[in-house]
Amino acid sequence: MDASVKFRIAKSKSMQGLTIVLAFACVLPLIAILGFIIKAGITKINWHFLIHIPKPVGETGGGIANALVGSLIIIVVAAVIAIPIGIMSGIYLAENKKSTLAYWARLSVDILQGVPSIVIGIVAYFWMVKPLGGFSALSGSVALAIMMLPIVVRSTEETLKLLPDSLKEAAYALGMPFHRVILKVIVPCGISGILSGVMLSIARIAGETAPLLFTAFGNPYLSTNITKPMQSLPLLIFNYATSPYNDWHDLAWGASLILLIFVLVLNISTKLITNKWKVQL
Amino acid sequence: MESAIIKSKNFSAWFGTNQAVKNVNIEIPKNKVIAVMGPSGCGKTTFLRCVNRMHELTPGAYSKGEMTLNNEDIYGMHPIFVRLKIGMVFQRPNPFPNLSIYDNVIAGYKLNGIKLPKTEKDRIVEYSLTRVALWNEVKDALTKKGSFLSGGQQQRLCIARAVAMEPEVLLFDEPTSALDPISTSTVEELFHELKTNYTLIVVTHNMQQAARVSDRTAFFYMGELVEYDETKKMFTNPRDLRTQNYITGRFS
Repeated sequence: MDASVKFRIAKSKSMQGLTIVLAFACVLPLIAILGFIIKAGITKINWHFLIHIPKPVGETGGGIANALVGSLIIIVVAAVIAIPIGIMSGIYLAENKKSTLAYWARLSVDILQGVPSIVIGIVAYFWMVKPLGGFSALSGSVALAIMMLPIVVRSTEETLKLLPDSLKEAAYALGMPFHRVILKVIVPCGISGILSGVMLSIARIAGETAPLLFTAFGNPYLSTNITKPMQSLPLLIFNYATSPYNDWHDLAWGASLILLIFVLVLNISTKLITNKWKVQL
Repeated sequence: MESAIIKSKNFSAWFGTNQAVKNVNIEIPKNKVIAVMGPSGCGKTTFLRCVNRMHELTPGAYSKGEMTLNNEDIYGMHPIFVRLKIGMVFQRPNPFPNLSIYDNVIAGYKLNGIKLPKTEKDRIVEYSLTRVALWNEVKDALTKKGSFLSGGQQQRLCIARAVAMEPEVLLFDEPTSALDPISTSTVEELFHELKTNYTLIVVTHNMQQAARVSDRTAFFYMGELVEYDETKKMFTNPRDLRTQNYITGRFS
């Protein structure tokens, strides 16, 4: 065989090999992080850990119940705020591709996505915490809702834009008014994409610490009052990991693993839901 | 003309600054099949979409002139009302992918929030699917999704969906151009069957199809209605040179 052909085959082979190696390099960090956190956290997690609040320094035992409950409440409230606004805006953007409002809305959403989370936290502090006279879980939820918004808006918009116009025409030709076309045809056909956007946005904010530092603040006790400071998993990890006590470090490792599992489960179930609810066009 | 159901007078339609339909005057008789033919871009589809006011959904599109259904001004009615009376079937089959075959047939009722008793729904579904010769093929699969059917079956499902609303007029926008020959002939046979109850306007770029299925033919060219006559007469003895050139294949 010609030497130049041989050289080209060898070059092609080595490029293929390189892509395989680099693809594997992508997977490596996740596996390394997972392995590390599981190793450090798994021994700390038990039933007691999940249903008790932290003990004061010096006492053994104690758990993260207050952070679990707090995270759940803060995330649910954030979702309740962000999801309706996000989905509605996404529908507007998909339906009015060229209007001036759509242009500015799309631009704002894109920029909002790039605003550092700590800045959003500070803004929430000045808008919510100061006027209301104290740290509250609600202000934390508002900060997280602002972070969720762009993801929900853009995933809704992108999903609905992919639906063929013929679908909308079919609905209009049957004499359906606009709101029914949206509610009964467009949204049901795009539901898997909208849902996956919602779930990914929740996964995205579940671990956010910075916006909560000046808003939800944290609380060593179990609280369910959203107008008062509340503990959450990322805050607990931040506070306890930076403390000088070994017991508290253990709690932080355990909490990290719980948070990681939560985010992983959300991501995996998003994939499952997307496949299961996907409407075959 | 005897009992014209749809009439247009000096009707024009635009996409922005581009005039797609120019001063069309036409009277469409009841319970007949009217073929609308012409080369691509001649305005035939635009004209069809003006009849049930789908044209105006395109951004920048508008129209002028008179269009009546049973002597009532279509452009004075609410578009929703117009579209309930004038059903439409599109070029590509577009059943609702999220609905079952059964729900697709009664989609016009279900999605509009019109409540019907179960027996009435069953009756409409069986009647409509029978009308489009689909009942025997799908009666055991009514709960399956509409997208599970073949292309030809999907198109007949879409016709059943339009028929279920008991409209007065059915518009077909090149209904067989995405179908294989066998499905095409099934759909064409339906036209003869359906005209006993409805008036059918069929846009086609297939001259043989126009000749096969229609009672009257309208020939559009460059946005104008060049000729409109009995199909037999138009194909044997066209009045206009442009029609003659088109049907003899000198341009397409």
